[in-house]
Amino acid sequence: MSREILRLENIHKCYGSTEVLKGIDLSVHESEVVVLLGPSGTGKSTLLRCINMLTVPDKGHVWVNGKDLTDPKININHAREHMGMVFQEFNLFAHLSAIDNVAVGLVKVQGMKKSAALERAKFELEKVGLSDKADLYPGQLSGGQKQRVAIARALAMSPDVMLFDEPTSALDPELIGEVLEVMQKLAQDGMTMVCVTHEMHFAKKVANRAIFMEGGVIVEEGSPAEFFDQPKTDRARQFLGKFDSQFE
Amino acid sequence: MSYFDFFISSIPALLRGTVITLEMSAISLLIGLLVGVPLAFARVYGGKVFRTISLVYSEILRDTPVLVQLFVVYYGLPEFGIVFSPLVAGCLTLGLNSAAYQIEYFRGAILSVGNGQMMAARALGMSQTKAILVIILPQVLRLVIPTWSNEAISMIKNTSVCYLIAVPELMTQAKILIARYYNTIETYSTVAIYYLVIIGVMTIIFSLIERKLRIPTMTIESAKK
Repeated sequence: MSREILRLENIHKCYGSTEVLKGIDLSVHESEVVVLLGPSGTGKSTLLRCINMLTVPDKGHVWVNGKDLTDPKININHAREHMGMVFQEFNLFAHLSAIDNVAVGLVKVQGMKKSAALERAKFELEKVGLSDKADLYPGQLSGGQKQRVAIARALAMSPDVMLFDEPTSALDPELIGEVLEVMQKLAQDGMTMVCVTHEMHFAKKVANRAIFMEGGVIVEEGSPAEFFDQPKTDRARQFLGKFDSQFE
Repeated sequence: MSYFDFFISSIPALLRGTVITLEMSAISLLIGLLVGVPLAFARVYGGKVFRTISLVYSEILRDTPVLVQLFVVYYGLPEFGIVFSPLVAGCLTLGLNSAAYQIEYFRGAILSVGNGQMMAARALGMSQTKAILVIILPQVLRLVIPTWSNEAISMIKNTSVCYLIAVPELMTQAKILIARYYNTIETYSTVAIYYLVIIGVMTIIFSLIERKLRIPTMTIESAKK
């Protein structure tokens, strides 16, 4: 089996008196595409944010490339450089053009020269099919274009793993396809990915492993073929039943 | 002496006053900026201690009259051996007072940029300080211009309280002119015109800056999204 990129051990997280994550274990290997599925409010996004410590778990360990990110001595900024994150709400930097959005991390975090960074940013924008929009500002782009810029911004940092937090949930239905297409290509190119998504079709087609979460625990885990066609638990069956229309 | 003759002969004195008024305003606004911006970020992104310091500072200085503050600094502090010249006392008081208002203006702008971009910057590997400097502040400075220009306008007018501690600014010059010519209404009307022109020109300059720095479709509304 290929190299382990990511390992979560017994992750717990409380918000006030509500326990959102109740002991999650997860291991992701190189070039694996893992989808996190489940009803809203079951801790999927929180779990994703624990991976790059945007949310700090109350208990448990997060290993990325063998480094324990929950170790208080670790430089978390340095660790995050190697993890790309794509948000539901895009979160593009509003005062920077598309190309500068992609280049800013290279210049300000990796210390690359501006000209080299712009060159690289151009290449990344080309990969997501937006080389003609390089000079437009986020406000001038459609939702799908914004999200593709956000993906390019994350990819420019040459991440070891990409984290997607419901990347298509804020998009109009006709714009979802272009983003999923980019993600699928990314998966085919061997990127390690962890995606929180409600796009079951995409999950079934692209993922290597589906993880079904509910109530802060992993209820069921398996290959997409197993999970989508023969779910083992009633909860998963009920959940998938709600998405039947997506498969018709 | 006709009004016209008075107007001409008052020009040197009133211009001197105008220069002092502008200098004081610029220095005080700068002090306000240097104190207010860090405290605004402290209020939004700081821990409990910094948030409280920022809040208490802003409440105390906004909830007491600037004239009282000025007298405390100019007449009160010497009792503790701290003596300032009128000009320094004036700039310090107006600057620290302005900081309290600027905290609120900047805080509003910071909040309207929203937390999403901060998270995205952190996810890229920026430290919080770097994210503030590279991502948040450039947007905040643009968003704050319309409200901040109000602060600049108020400042020009507020410097007139310094006449009470004999800073030779516009109002003080007016008082001197009245003592010489005994023409209260002409002098005060003329000084009002000076203030009007100064602030009118400033308003135009601010709207030009705002337009120059504007980023297509980046407004407070779109920043919220």
